[in-house]
Order: sequence, then structure tokens, then C-alpha cells
Amino acid sequence: MDFFFHLLINGLSIGLLYGLSAMGFVMIFKSSSVLNFAHGELMAIGAFLFLVLVSWAHVPIPVAFLITLVGSFVIGFAVERVFLRPLIGEHLIFVIMLTVGLASMFKGLLLFIFGGNLYIYPDFLPSSLGITINTLVIPPVYVASSMTGIIFLVLFGLFFKFSSQGIFMRSVADNQTASLSLGVHVRRVFALSWAIAALVAAMSGIVLGIINGTNVHEITSIGLKVFPVVILGGLDSIGGAIIGGIIIGLLETFTAGYISPALRDVIPYIILVFILLIKPYGLFGLVEIERV
Amino acid sequence: MKKLQFHPCGNFKQRYEEELRIFETDFGRLWLIVGALVLFGIVPFVSSPYLLYVINMTGIAAIGAMGLNILIGYTGLISLGHGAFIGVGAYAGAILATRLGFPFWLAIPSAGLITAGVGMIFGLPSGRLKGLYLTIATLAGQIIIEYVLLRWESLTRGTMGITLPTASLLGMELIDDRDFFYVIYVVLVAVTFITVNIMRTRYGRAFIAIRDNDRAAEGMGIPIFPYKLLAFSISSFYAGVAGSLWAYYMISITSEPFSLSLSVEYIAMVIIGGLGSIPGSIFGAVFIIGLNELLRSATDLFMSMPVFRGFGLNLASLREFAFGLAIVLFILFEPKGLAEIWRIIRSNFRLWPFSY
Repeated sequence: MDFFFHLLINGLSIGLLYGLSAMGFVMIFKSSSVLNFAHGELMAIGAFLFLVLVSWAHVPIPVAFLITLVGSFVIGFAVERVFLRPLIGEHLIFVIMLTVGLASMFKGLLLFIFGGNLYIYPDFLPSSLGITINTLVIPPVYVASSMTGIIFLVLFGLFFKFSSQGIFMRSVADNQTASLSLGVHVRRVFALSWAIAALVAAMSGIVLGIINGTNVHEITSIGLKVFPVVILGGLDSIGGAIIGGIIIGLLETFTAGYISPALRDVIPYIILVFILLIKPYGLFGLVEIERV
Repeated sequence: MKKLQFHPCGNFKQRYEEELRIFETDFGRLWLIVGALVLFGIVPFVSSPYLLYVINMTGIAAIGAMGLNILIGYTGLISLGHGAFIGVGAYAGAILATRLGFPFWLAIPSAGLITAGVGMIFGLPSGRLKGLYLTIATLAGQIIIEYVLLRWESLTRGTMGITLPTASLLGMELIDDRDFFYVIYVVLVAVTFITVNIMRTRYGRAFIAIRDNDRAAEGMGIPIFPYKLLAFSISSFYAGVAGSLWAYYMISITSEPFSLSLSVEYIAMVIIGGLGSIPGSIFGAVFIIGLNELLRSATDLFMSMPVFRGFGLNLASLREFAFGLAIVLFILFEPKGLAEIWRIIRSNFRLWPFSY
């Protein structure tokens, strides 16, 4: 039973992390319907920015955290401005391929600078954050990552529900032309959503780095796992991203624990194919109906 | 003597057959014959072994890219699993040759058929999905196939890989690069011929209709799902042929090369070459394989310099960067690809000196 609970806790916290990284992805999709294949690379950029600040420049942790968030906000903004803006209104494949190209650009650059080594952040989370239930120990990292996940979920929920920018984003996602004619600044919405998505990605990259250490290959492969998560939850649902993330995380750890560790990395995609065949718009996604 | 045809000054076509014609002028046909003579008569005898190896790899890539172009460029279905299908073809060819003792000429098309079957399975989601969702489904296909190739050890021998017997055709053994050059390029010419003609028939036109507007296509009586499956199977058939040729050429295969980055490479070929253009697939293959080899030799050059020796591993990653950069630049500045650049150059020559 202990093993079961161990897996449960593990799966939940990994799942929250997946959910967190999927959130940024959904953010971009929701406002600009761009499928961002460079999401894992944005996560890696954030994680390595934090690494440089903390381990090499010895900036105090909270300041480093802030600088990373601001920095990735700017990076996201710049990426949209330079690469994505000329493609507004272009065919889907060009946009997808552009993000694929960006992904391999970023990955090559990160590998050039940092190589394929594993870097570990200095230990900074207070050990009092850890929770002990009988023999079960939940490490502080997991508590911290769950807390950040929940905080960001609430923040984004409120943002989309009540702030004017959030409402603009939803309107753009729903119908670009209509929101243009109603006076929404569509280009600003795109830029903002990329910036916020990069910020969220950087945050999940940092949390990932605290748990597993930062390694370019590792983080970018987790970036690809965003796809099963968002398909399960529904491509345009932020709450769905979190729930999808938790389901995929649990599934992965239980498969690794009870069936075979090798199956761990492929099981999300097998599930993905089945979801696509049975319920393509996910648990909470918006169903598009087309009739001839 | 027959009167030679030149390019008219405008569009004076009166019948549909004129629009469908492959060669607009007799010069096109002439150039094709000259090109074929140069390709088969001169190229294999003047190239160094290394250059011939690169040319062969380009030919194999061009076959695969043409298949992907049918899927992406003509039918509008974006597939991220083409690299895995090439892998399925390579393994199918290798397993047929080693386990069942298929001869070379039979193993290649059989591998193509097996891959076409696998492609159809992963094309099934296209019945309900389109656009982004289908792309994600093919991404899942890529990762699942990769896993199967690596883990189904009783069939694929896992990380050990499979070593193929020497290929022989019509009683001759294919040993060096030149033998393979003839096989690969005869297949490429055949594939090009077939593709050009598929696109002129009702099937090709149905593909294009589905790409341009699938709802309208369905409204006009094209059964979308069977045609999408057909596109998937044709495309995977080409991938299977390319993959099995690759396996025979490489002699031994492992699952390592058939990763997501190979799929990205093929999509890059199709985009850089030109979507929905058959010569474009060949241009794209030439560009990508050329770029790959160029970057590889540049890395080797840098690594041999004492100053850079310490960065050896890191410099290799710059290849990935250059690769991504090429894709991004083409999408931003010439989304129609090399085929469009080629068309512009040609029409500039044709209209010179009054180029408007």
C-alpha cells in the first residue's frame, strides 16, 4: 500500500507539473490557435536563465526568479513580434512548421551554450515545506510545485474571467475577424499571449529544474508531452490542461510502477490516439461541429 | 518536320487537355532527355565515391519527400510521422530479406505495401479529425512506432539492429555506390512519373479539392475519408520504398535514425522545396541533404582546428540551429519554396530583356 501511495503522490505532482506546462501552451492556442511546438524549448530557456542567474551570477533566489519571469516575458514577446507576426492569416502548416523550426533553433542554441549535461540548482527550498504523513514523506519540491500550479491556475482563471485583456483574448480565440471589427487590438493580444505563455513556460521549466535538474534533452522531451495532456483536457481549456496533466502524470507513474518502466514514455501517446478516435475535443474542449 | 512549340505570349489554351499537358513546349521534353542522359550517363562516372554517396542519399530522400508532398502539399494533411514510416519501411524490408529470404526486387515493393498498411492505420483518425488534431495524432504515431521498433525485440532485434544480405538484381550483385545509384534513380524516375500522373487523374484532383476546402469537396461528392486514407497510403508507400532502399544501401539498420527529427527533416524538405510541387520535393531533398553534409563537413573542419577542439560536441549542435534557421527563413521570406524561386528565375530568362 505504501508503494501505491508513493506512486500516487509522485504521479500527482508530476501531473501538476505537466498541467502547469500545458497551461502556457493552451494560453497560446486559446488566443491565436497556434500549436506551439517550441513550448518545451521555452521551458528550457526559462530553466537555464534561472540557472545562470542563481548558480553562476549568484543572484539571490527571489530576485533571480523575478528576473527570469520578466526575461522570458520579453523573450515571448520578441518571438511573437519577429517570427509569428508576419504569418498572421497564413496557412496552418506554415505556422506549425515555424514553431518546429524555432524549436530546433532554440534547442541547438541551448545545446551549444550548455551542452547535454545535467545541471542542478543549489538547494533553496526550506525543508519545513515538506509534509510527513505516517511513513509517507512528500518532499518540499512537490509541495512547492503543487502550490505554484494551483496559484497560477486560480490567477489565470480570474484573468480570463474578469480582466479586459483576458476577455479580449477569449474573443480573439473565438473569432478573429469579429473581434477586429469590434475594436480589439488583435496583434497586441497575440503578443501578450505569447509573452504570458513564455512566462508560464519558464516557471514550469524552473520547477522542473528543481525536481529533476536541468538538462536540455530532458526538458524538451517533457515539452512534447504537453500534447497528450492538452488533447485529453481539451485544447482550449485551462482547467482541462491541469486535469489532463494530473491524469497523464498518474497514468505514467502507475504504468512505470506496476507494468513496465519502459512503457512510461509511450503510454501517454497511446492514450492520446484513443482519445482522438473516441472524443477528439477532449474532456473540456469546445466541440466544433461542421456539416456539409 | 513537326513545328517546334514555343511558349505562347499569353494563355491561349482552348481545351482542357492542353491545360493538363506535362510539357508545355518541345524544349521541355528535350531538356528532360538531356537531363536523363547526363544523370545516368555522366554523373555516376565523374563523381567521387563520397559525392556519389551524397547523391544516392538525396535520391532516397527525394522519394520520401515526394510521398510526404502528396500528403501535405496536395491533400493538406500535415503529418509529423513520416520519419517513422521510413523506419517501418526500412525494418519491413530488412525483416522480409533476412527472415523470409525475399529477393531484393520483391522486398522493396512489399516493404512499401506493409508501410502503406501501417500508414493507413495511423491515417484512421483523419476520418474525424482535421488540421491540428490530425497533426497531433501523427505525432503520437511517430512516438509509438519509434517505441515499437526499439522494443519489439523478437522482430526488430532492438538496439542490436539488423544486418541485410547483399542486394542482387537480375543476377547482378549491387555492391558499390554506382550500382545503387542506378537502382535508386530508376526508382526515383518511376516514382516521379507515377506522381505526376496521379496528380493529373481524378484522384489527384480530389486530393487538391480536399486540401483547398474539404467541406466543399464533400459537397461536390468526393468521399473525403477514403481519399484521405488513400493519400496516407500512397504517401506511406513511398516512405516504405525509400526506407527499404535506405536499409539495403546502409546494409545494417537500427531504430535510432528514424526519430522525430527525421520527420521534421522531411517536412523541412517539403516546405523548403515547395508545397504541392513535384520538382519542389526533389529541390527540397537536394537542399536539406546538401545542407546536412555541408554543416557536417564544417563541423569536422572546426573540430580539427586546435582552437575549437574543446567545443567539439557543442559545435555539432549548431547544425540543429542552422537547420531550424533555414526552415524559419524560408517560411518567412519564401513560403512557396525553392520551386517558386526556380519558376521566377525561369520566367525572368524567358521574358528577358522585357521582363514584365
